[in-house]
Parts: sequence; structure tokens; C-alpha cells
Amino acid sequence: MEEKRAGEKRLLMGNEAIALGAIRAGVSVATGYPGTPSSEVLETIAKERPEGVYVEWSVNEKSALEVAAGAAIAGERALVTMKQVGLNVASDPLMSLNYVGVKGGMVVMVADDPGPISSQTEQDTRSFGQYAKIAVFDPSSPEEAYTMIADAYDCSERTGRPALFRPTTRVCHSYSSVEIQKPLPRRHSESFRKDGGRWVIFPRLAYANHIKIEENLVRLSDEFSSYSGNRLTGGGRLGVASGGVSWSYVMEAASDIATDFRNLKVATVPFPRQLAAKFLDGLDSVLVVEELDPFIERELIYLCGRLGVKVDIRGKLSGDMPPAGENTPAEVRRAVRSFLGEEEYAVRDLRDASALNLPPRPPVLCAGCPHRASFYAVKEASRGRKAVFSGDIGCYTLGNASPLDMVDTCLCMGAGVAMAQGLNRAEPDAVNFAFIGDSTFFHTGIPGVVNAVYNNADIIVAVLDNSTTAMTGGQPHPGIGRTITGEPARKLSIYDVLASVGVGDIQRVNAFDLFAAKNAAARAIEGKGVRAIIFEGECIALSGGNKTAMSVDDSKCVGCGVCVRELGCPALSMEGKKASVDGASCTGCEVCVSLCKFGALGGDAA
Amino acid sequence: MRTDCLIVGVGGQGTILASRIVGNAALSLGLDVRGSETIGMAQRGGSVASHIRVGGASSPLISPGGADVILAFELCEGARALPYLARDGVMIVCDRVIQPYSSAGTGGYDAAAVMEGVASAVSRLCVLDGSYIIEHCRVKCLNMAVIGAAVALGALPCSMGDIERTIDARFDSRRSDMNKNALRVGAELAKSYKKQ
Repeated sequence: MEEKRAGEKRLLMGNEAIALGAIRAGVSVATGYPGTPSSEVLETIAKERPEGVYVEWSVNEKSALEVAAGAAIAGERALVTMKQVGLNVASDPLMSLNYVGVKGGMVVMVADDPGPISSQTEQDTRSFGQYAKIAVFDPSSPEEAYTMIADAYDCSERTGRPALFRPTTRVCHSYSSVEIQKPLPRRHSESFRKDGGRWVIFPRLAYANHIKIEENLVRLSDEFSSYSGNRLTGGGRLGVASGGVSWSYVMEAASDIATDFRNLKVATVPFPRQLAAKFLDGLDSVLVVEELDPFIERELIYLCGRLGVKVDIRGKLSGDMPPAGENTPAEVRRAVRSFLGEEEYAVRDLRDASALNLPPRPPVLCAGCPHRASFYAVKEASRGRKAVFSGDIGCYTLGNASPLDMVDTCLCMGAGVAMAQGLNRAEPDAVNFAFIGDSTFFHTGIPGVVNAVYNNADIIVAVLDNSTTAMTGGQPHPGIGRTITGEPARKLSIYDVLASVGVGDIQRVNAFDLFAAKNAAARAIEGKGVRAIIFEGECIALSGGNKTAMSVDDSKCVGCGVCVRELGCPALSMEGKKASVDGASCTGCEVCVSLCKFGALGGDAA
Repeated sequence: MRTDCLIVGVGGQGTILASRIVGNAALSLGLDVRGSETIGMAQRGGSVASHIRVGGASSPLISPGGADVILAFELCEGARALPYLARDGVMIVCDRVIQPYSSAGTGGYDAAAVMEGVASAVSRLCVLDGSYIIEHCRVKCLNMAVIGAAVALGALPCSMGDIERTIDARFDSRRSDMNKNALRVGAELAKSYKKQ
């Protein structure tokens, strides 16, 4: 298929370009766990379904990496995809895999999220690569990502070690016209060879391989100095060094700058020291433009020390660039112009919207979301009780916002169940709920439940089962009954899992049945030990609801505003003194109907 | 000749699809296209923006003061994007109001005041009647109606035919017809629009 498309220009999202680039490079096993901004890579591979390529959503990033590692030591080209915090979950196997090595190329695609826009942390996978002693490729655009991932495979195979590939959100979720190229020649892959313990990590092997790893890093730094992703252009006594999407901001700023400056683009870990030495030679000062960690900046400072040259390196560490958040083209333009002594670039007559007092518009749970109903039921049932609500990662983290205010903690995937146990050890008189979504439950929630049962904890595990991985766009998981490619799969029952690990008191309830849900919560509150409620209700983004929008009977509505004030549903508002339902966004979940004491809300009847 | 187009709205209004349609239509004319989308948490009813840069831009993001055209699917989001509009830029805004949630339930902004503010700030402005659009095509197709208006006003570097062919290539015939109908509804509204 790609053969036929060669030469064609396609508008590709960065993640699509990465997927097609991996297919072009001959990937044959692709795994991952969804996480913004990485999810579309695996989805694109699943959609393309090239012959002989196996693709799966794994249960979590650790499993994903291990599946891929198995394929790679058997000689296949493997790909693993995740977001940056997913790498924390997968770091155990990755650290060791680098010591053991691989035979087929293995690329771990980790999407970083400066901002952060949709993440818990602003960690930098380049720093992780440095720490783990693994090569990192850092593309600046979708078109560069398309070809660079093949370079990552080459590097991995040449060195016999996994390689990291880390785009950032503005590469993953930007798009550009990419020229499709011919598939690379197929490699011959041999099957797994036992090789007398080569694949078994023992201290002696780790020591021997550590030496090879260090030698390899030195070699790679040399090789990367002539790698096409690392580039040095321009002249003069001032230099700008950048990488990733920030390089494109520098290029944009450069388009109307008269001063000649040396422009270094860095796309790799290890740092290309020879190229950087050439860059530094004869410079007075350098401005480093990068996001997340000051990786390039530190390397340049180190190199100046090693070379004994005096060049003023400015960036995050010197306070010239912001230490956190994402760069913008406008800020980079301002910084680069000021560094080069160019007249400040000012857009005249910039329109100002501040006088309009526009309200912020934070994300909210959708109209018709089952989580709203579940949260409200638990909130009602625990009124007057000392209760703490641990949350987790997913759409339901949005239950933190008022008026629900039902998420008191959120740390990382699967943490809520165990944190609730610790909170309860500290304050045994409180009722401790741990809300966790279905996909998160399978991801890393189960060990927390086992821990609770084993240690006689006193918590209520509230599984919000909306039958999908909603926040990342509706990916299937082990509880769904189908795989990423739509093939049927054994459907794991959350109820059975809870029962089998020893949770005695488990209730299942329709999340939209407010009365039943409230009763279930009340019963659980009165109980002791580890008990669970599974709130079942399909994600509205997938089911679309029952489509009959509710409306308000003005003759019955007394204007108390309870529906609007309590639920925080985006379809409900007050129009003058009466409640009002936006017919275009209401999905007919009827939760507000059961809430109204005056019978003013309803379907056709109202 | 470069055209920088910013599409703004509320998560769920179809800014991503709209930017893909415009981007692919421009690509079909052999133009260089680059851009960026809001994907993730903000898609759940938050403020979203798609940047489309046609004709050779280095970066995927438009800077304040740089948008030649802004398409706003919602009034408040259009107003929020005002600093991005170039001095002689065109803004096409749908007057549909989606109030951000506020616990008082009285709505977060005064639509009339915001509309007045937008009208006084933008001379090349076209306001589209959102209730007319929703009456004549599905609310999900509002994005296409706004694109239709932009094409009719000559604000985008592609013709109605280019957009229609892109839609045909993307959807089955039923959905394609629905979307093309919305294009026409928007185009008619734009042609009959006179600034107050």
C-alpha cells in the first residue's frame, strides 16, 4: 500500500507520521497504552493494518514494553508508545533491557507534554535517556518525525540497544504536508536464539554490559555529530541553540532578522559534542531555546569547561528563559531578537479582549456523563459524614471541579486505591472512597485492591465503569471484549476480578439510576473492610445517549436552581428565574429529572 | 502568499475536523500546509483552537496579531481570540452562545456586551446567525457552515469546489451531503450579511 503512495503528499498529524514512519521502517510488533499526546500512533498503525504487523493496546506501559522487548530479542523490529508518565511505569523493564540489549530494532516512543497541556508532570524524556544511558531522538516536526524514526531503528539495531523517540505535544498534535516515501528494504529476521544466557540479566552480565554501554555512548556522541538531525548553520559571534519544536520557532524568528548568527539544532541524546564544539568555537555568547529540562544548555556549559573556552551560555539556568511551561513562537521571537540586539518585535494595535471580562472555560464532564451521576450519588449518600474521596487519572478527575467537588486526591495511574488506604490509616474515623475508572483499574488499580484485602484495609473502591478509556479518545481495554483491531477478545469482568482477589462486598449499580446508586453508596458507607461498588454507565461520547433532550415545565419550575447548582451539567442553566435545558447538548440521561422535587424537568411530558 | 487561519470554539464543536478539511483542501491545490490542534483534556468542553498555516510557515502555531482569518464557532471564544487577529484580518463569528458552567447558573458572560466589543474591535467582521444555522442543518455541522461563510467571503485560500471535493473524499454520501448543505447555508448567510 505504501509502495503505491510513494511520492504522494499527505497532510499528516505528527502521530500519524510517526506511525507511517515506523511502518515504513518495517516495524512488526507495536504495543502501547493510550495517553495524550501519544495515543494516535498505535491507532494509526491499527487502522493501516499493514500485512504482518501485530499491534495491541497492552494493559499498561510496563506490559507493553515487555511484549515489545520479547519480540525485539527475537529479532523483530518493535515499537512501544506511551506518554511521558507512562515511561515511569515502564522504566523498570526499560532500564534492564538496555543492559541486556536487543537484536531487532526497538524504539520506545514517549510523548512529552510541555505546558503541561494534558499531564501530571513536565518531565523530560531526554533527561530520562541520559539517566538510563539510552539514545534519544527528538524530532522538530511531523515530516522530520516521519524519517527520523527509521534512524532510531537503525541506531537501535547498530548498537543492539533500545532507542527512545520523544516528540512533544506540538509535534504529536501538529500536522504538516509529508511526502510519503518508499518502504525501506525488509530486513531478514531470524527467530529467537537462546544464546547461552545472553538474555538473562545477572550482576556479572550487567557489569560487562555497563562497560559496553558507556563505550557505546561515546561512539554515538561522535556519530551524532554528523547526523542530519543535528545541524549547524550561519556565522557570526552569537549563537542560538535549540531542539524540537522550539527550533521551528527560532527559524520563524530568523526569517526577519538581519544579524547573522550561528544556529545549532540538536535532536539527539547523547549530545553531539564535536558538532557543538564547532558551534562554540569563536562565539561570545549563546542563547539556548528548549522546553522542559535545560539539557542542551547544561551540555554546552559542560563542553565549555571541557574545552576551556569562555562562552556565555544563556537559557533557563541563567534566568533568560522560563524554567517551566511550553515555549511560544512569540516569546521565542522576543528572546532571540533581544539576544541578538535586534529591535524589539512588536505587533502594533494588538486587539485586547481583557476589557470584555471573558469567563474562563475549563474542561467539564460532558452532558450525560455517567461519572456526574455516580459522583452525585456518593456525595448525597455521604452528606454529614467525614469522608475523603481519592480520585485517579481519567475523565473523572474532572469531578474535582465545583459543584461536584468529589476528587480530593489524584496522583498517578492507579494510585487512588492505595492512597485511600493510607489516608484511612491516618484517619480511621473517615469514610474513604477510591474512585477509579475501568481502564485505570486494569492498568494498575488491581494491585492496590489486593494490598487492601491483604492488609485488612477499610476502604470503598468505587469503580466508574464507562466501558472505555474515555479521556484519550475511547480505546478498548481488557474489560471491553475486543482488541485495538476490532477482533473479539475475552471480556474480563471487573466484578469477577474484585471477587477473586477477596473483596466480599461488591455491588453493581446503574450509574444513571440515582436512587439505586445512592442506596448502594449508603450501604457501602455503613460497611467495614474492603467493599466495592461498580457504577456502570456507558461513556456518553460513545453511546450518544437516548437522544431525547429534557425540557423544563415553566409552570412547575420554582426557580430554586438546585439542578443547576448541584450537578454542574453543561446543558443546564438558569434563564431568568427558571431553569433551562440546552436541547442541542442534552443527551437525556434524566439525572436532573430524578433530582427535581417539583417534577419540572422531563422528556416529552414537561 | 501565506494565509494563517485560526479556528476557535468549545471542545466538541468540531474544530479539528474543520481544520483538517481546510488543510486538505489547501493541500489538494499543491500548497504547503502546517498547523496544530487542541487534543486532550480541553476537548471536554474547554476552549479549543486549531491553527492552520497555508503557504510555507516554519512553526505550527500562529502568534498574536498574526491570524489573517479567525473562524469562531462560539461568540466568547471568538472574543478570546481577538489578540490573534491581524490588523486587517477577517473574523467570522457564529453568534451562538455556549455559557461556561457557573454555579449561579446565570451564565458567565453578557453576550450583547461581548458582541459589541467584538464589533467595535474588528472592522472586517461577519456575524453568523447560529440559530438559523441550527435550524437549517444539524448542530454538528455548524463547523462546516462557518467554513462555507469564510469561503464565500474569499477569506480562505481555496474555493467552494475544493472544500466540497475534500468533504466528498472523507465522508460517505449521506454525511457528505449533510456537510455540503451546511457549507451552502453558511455561504448564503455570509453573502446576505451586512455589518450593523
